[in-house]
Amino acid sequence: MIQPGRLCRALGPLLTRPLLGPGRRLHISHPQRRDLFSDLDKELAKFQKKLKESLPASDWNPMGITKGLPPEHADVVIVGGGVMGWSVAYWLKALETQRNALRVIVVERDPTYSQASTVLSVGGIRQQFSLPENIQMSLYSAYFLRTINEHLGILNQPPIDIHFNHSGYLFLASEDRAAMLEENVHIQRDHGASVSLLSPAQLKKKYPWMNTDGVAVASYGLENEGWFDPWSLLNAFRNKAMAMGVCQYFGEVKSFSVASKTMCTEKGDVNFSRISSLQVQMPNSLESQPVVCALVVNAAGPWSGELAKRAGLGMGSQGTLESVFLPVEPRKRYVYVWHCPDGPGLECPMLIDTTGAYFRRDGLGGNYLGGCSPAEDEEPHIQDLEVDHDFFQEKVWPKLAHRVPVFESLKVKSAWAGYYDYNTFDQNAVLGQTPLLENMYFITGFSGHGLQQSPAAGKAVAELILNGRFMSIDLNNFSFNRLLFHEQVLESNIV
Amino acid sequence: MGLAGAWWILDPFFHLLQQCRALPHLLRSSCLFGSDPSSNLPKGGILQYLCDRFYDIENVLAWREKQKYSKIERQNRYHGHLKEYCGDDIVAVNFTLYNGGGVRFKGQEKWLRPNKRGKYSKDFLVLRDVLVEAIDLSGSVVSYDGLDNLVFLTGLKSLDLSRCPNIDDWSLSRLHVFKDSLEELLLTGCPRVTERGLACLHQLECLRHLDISNLPSIANKGLILILLEEMLPQCKVVGMDYGDGVALDPGAQMSGDEMEEPSIPSRDRKAGEIPA
Repeated sequence: MIQPGRLCRALGPLLTRPLLGPGRRLHISHPQRRDLFSDLDKELAKFQKKLKESLPASDWNPMGITKGLPPEHADVVIVGGGVMGWSVAYWLKALETQRNALRVIVVERDPTYSQASTVLSVGGIRQQFSLPENIQMSLYSAYFLRTINEHLGILNQPPIDIHFNHSGYLFLASEDRAAMLEENVHIQRDHGASVSLLSPAQLKKKYPWMNTDGVAVASYGLENEGWFDPWSLLNAFRNKAMAMGVCQYFGEVKSFSVASKTMCTEKGDVNFSRISSLQVQMPNSLESQPVVCALVVNAAGPWSGELAKRAGLGMGSQGTLESVFLPVEPRKRYVYVWHCPDGPGLECPMLIDTTGAYFRRDGLGGNYLGGCSPAEDEEPHIQDLEVDHDFFQEKVWPKLAHRVPVFESLKVKSAWAGYYDYNTFDQNAVLGQTPLLENMYFITGFSGHGLQQSPAAGKAVAELILNGRFMSIDLNNFSFNRLLFHEQVLESNIV
Repeated sequence: MGLAGAWWILDPFFHLLQQCRALPHLLRSSCLFGSDPSSNLPKGGILQYLCDRFYDIENVLAWREKQKYSKIERQNRYHGHLKEYCGDDIVAVNFTLYNGGGVRFKGQEKWLRPNKRGKYSKDFLVLRDVLVEAIDLSGSVVSYDGLDNLVFLTGLKSLDLSRCPNIDDWSLSRLHVFKDSLEELLLTGCPRVTERGLACLHQLECLRHLDISNLPSIANKGLILILLEEMLPQCKVVGMDYGDGVALDPGAQMSGDEMEEPSIPSRDRKAGEIPA
């Protein structure tokens, strides 16, 4: 039996309220509905955003397409978003005969550029090479950097500043390399570089902090040599290329689909392949997009050898032409930053010692950075970019302290490591195509002097694509075919 | 009545349609929707708005920018036609006078300058073998390419490049050719010269007087002064104080020394802030 007290308590709220008419809802607490007028700013911002999305020229799609997916068709796909890739992209757009004649896309694997050689580079530029082609490329690049605002300036944007330091490169040579250094200086002067030769006495007078033991002669670049900020150059190329219509996509090129034609000769069959499309896998996802393309530019830097293998280059049987692969592999190099309060002052150039160690001033606060290329048999592991500080203690510091006595007391502030796109064949660039994979253009293998040649190399490959041959600098000596015929083109001034 | 009535009804719709076309622009630039105050009316006004949307207008404006570069290039061309007959010094003199500068020959006190209208007499063409000692190109449009005319001078002792808007670090790196002769260099008020260009002046071994006052692109002026004096021990560097670029705390007590006056007045100074 229901007790009357309980019933009264249960019916209490109903009895005390006035009787409500039919159709009215029973409210027990305050309404939870959003009050439009109290949050006017936020509501208007949301409304504005929705309105913008519904207008034309927004990328809202009712079917929810993945953002950042590359297009299904493109004319030129540049694999690798470093300074080489963007240089080619810019020059393709700058030199094309009609606006939007080519649909160019750049596919980059890592949006953070954490392992990219461009941004980890020391950023030096020099003309002191032994090969005329290298000298001409560096000279053109120096001209390009000087007139960077005419080339890469965008209307109504602030002028580009790459922080170019004009302090020059100073190469020191011992007795046995003195003759080669002098010969190189003559070649450099013949091609328009201004380089001066210095004796040990002149060195001592100019740079009193230097110990000239073991130095027979030195060469100093007077103009167009120094160092600059690679990130600014990369961004300048990228912004200008994107303003001219190149699109950037993030993803990794996982595989190629290659069509081949066989030529039957008496010595055997030769397969001539052509890339018809490539698969781009989205970052952090299993989704991939096939991109049908006419040309592929291999600007993947240290990983360009791996990319060429994915396209099937070098997978033929031993002894045939098809077994020749792209010999570019990553090599790790360390750069150390240290502080020395009494070190060389503003006149400090980028000094390259007789032993191969190098250093330069960094900023105005007594900081220097430098390193040394390890010997062939002591190459560090390339799985990651961890720095080996013992290498500095054992290999770099003694050499530098011998050359600059003030560096006996220095304090290492930080260090980083980066990859060289090292050409194991002859440490020089590979530019152009190969008949065995006819629509892949290589722009790789620079082995440490890529950044300084990037404007010239990009222009050369763009001319090759648009005109079929090199127009401004003749770089036929750097073609892939030298690998087929085993003709090394050696550069003696590798740092 | 029907048609007239219809017009009357449709008129606000036409008005609304016109407003809708301008809506994206209004949305971006209106303060009403609470957007940030920096994105008010686009800079450059209507021309900038059109330039962002139409290729032809962008091309016209880009062509205008390129014309500015072409004009500077024309002013800075190499006067090589005189080299064969008169020599390098006359080439330099002709270039300097063409750009409104002044020249002084060796052994003379008088400066050769164009008159107020920019005209100059060609009498100097007879002075073929006389070395040029001083060149004054202050305020002119001389640039890196224009220095082609000057780099062959062998007896140049004084070069005045004050207030030249196109002289930058690259131009300074060309001055190494004067290492055996240049004694005085004036770089007052050059807006594009930075400390990176000043670093390459170490090759000028004979330099005795360097004027670097009023260089707006240099931060840390006091530090640069110290570094330059170390780099060029025999040269007198004028135009900067050791205290430049060091903001003094108004309440700081320094024991017994006279501090240089900082370059910013006290009312604009904030403690601990280094002015650019």
